[in-house]
Amino acid sequence: MGDFILLMIGAILVNNILLMRFLGNCPFLGVSRSMETATGMGIAVIFVLTLAGMITWLVHHYILIPMNIEYLRTIAFILVIATLVQFVEMVIQKTAPPLYEALGIYLPLITTNCAVLGVAIINIDENYDLITAIFFSFASACGFSLALVLMAGIRQRFALVEIPKPFEGTAIGLITAGLMGLAFFGFIGLV
Amino acid sequence: MSLKAEFTKGLWKTIPPFRLVLGLCPTLAVTTSGFNGIGMGLATTFVLIFSNVFVSLLRKLIPNQVRIASYIVIIASFVVIVELLMQAFFYQLSAVLGIFIPLIVVNCIILGRAEAFASKNNPIMSLADGLGIGLGYTMSLFVVGSIREVLGSGTLLYISNDHPGFHVMWSSFEPFTFMLKPPGAFVALGILLAFMNLISQCQTRKGGGN
Repeated sequence: MGDFILLMIGAILVNNILLMRFLGNCPFLGVSRSMETATGMGIAVIFVLTLAGMITWLVHHYILIPMNIEYLRTIAFILVIATLVQFVEMVIQKTAPPLYEALGIYLPLITTNCAVLGVAIINIDENYDLITAIFFSFASACGFSLALVLMAGIRQRFALVEIPKPFEGTAIGLITAGLMGLAFFGFIGLV
Repeated sequence: MSLKAEFTKGLWKTIPPFRLVLGLCPTLAVTTSGFNGIGMGLATTFVLIFSNVFVSLLRKLIPNQVRIASYIVIIASFVVIVELLMQAFFYQLSAVLGIFIPLIVVNCIILGRAEAFASKNNPIMSLADGLGIGLGYTMSLFVVGSIREVLGSGTLLYISNDHPGFHVMWSSFEPFTFMLKPPGAFVALGILLAFMNLISQCQTRKGGGN
């Protein structure tokens, strides 16, 4: 259990997937303009990333390795993720319409979120077993959502301050992310 | 638009990732040196050119409903080719770039160009577009990489210990290790973006406000 707690702290705070590993930056800057979109995206990512981490691990160990086609990993994973996203979208639409209304527009965006494919590949490269892989995927997604929601909270306040003209929009977002990353540096040494 | 215009628009007017704010992850992650930036940029350019040409060749055959999935398969095939080629011929570079080589698949620039350009234009035009955007991207990665390298370690074009590049800073220069760390990437890119915005604002002001 202790190992899992360390893994969790490591993935959320120390090696935050957005600020330290640079995965998933496009949605990070794209949807962090308001708190609602950030929360919606965060929940959708936690859900899909955990599932994708599990399924890609199974695909790699029970399909790719026995058939000796590990070099097709990238193609196989991206197809699995694209199908999974489509499938999750349909299931949610049928079973939980209110949830679909809240998450619907973020789901298709997740296919091209490099955090999903990135975590799937890290799971394999680090030789995690199935339970660790699921746990790591979940923890990484939580780290993603944490950074996203924090960022949205900061960005909402930009509306109230006067930003120099050239810095408006993405530029100030990037610098804020840098300062947040610097703050996250304080967690190094926790694990 | 002429062929030349399609090619040159990628080099300044819609240069990624500044004008076309896509493909940020590799821009931030691998630009710890100018050389890594070039490597990543050229790998992306290779995939971009081939995926653009193939998407354009197949544009009349691919049904509209499954086009995104088809584009992803085309892109992923070329990414696997690049991945294997780099492991065979540029092992050191591929070890440094690591996970970001397979992640070219989800680089939104490539899917974006397939959807916005290659699916509507002929192969020659798409080739010019891919080459222009790709080289523009390589250039940006090189610039970001070089700035971080010069400020962060005081060298330029460092490749390996055998090819240490040039020492461009004075001898008592204290490198800002901050620039090589992840937060430095965000700050460097943010300031560069602001600088580019400033230049375009000055240009519009001179051009009489259009």
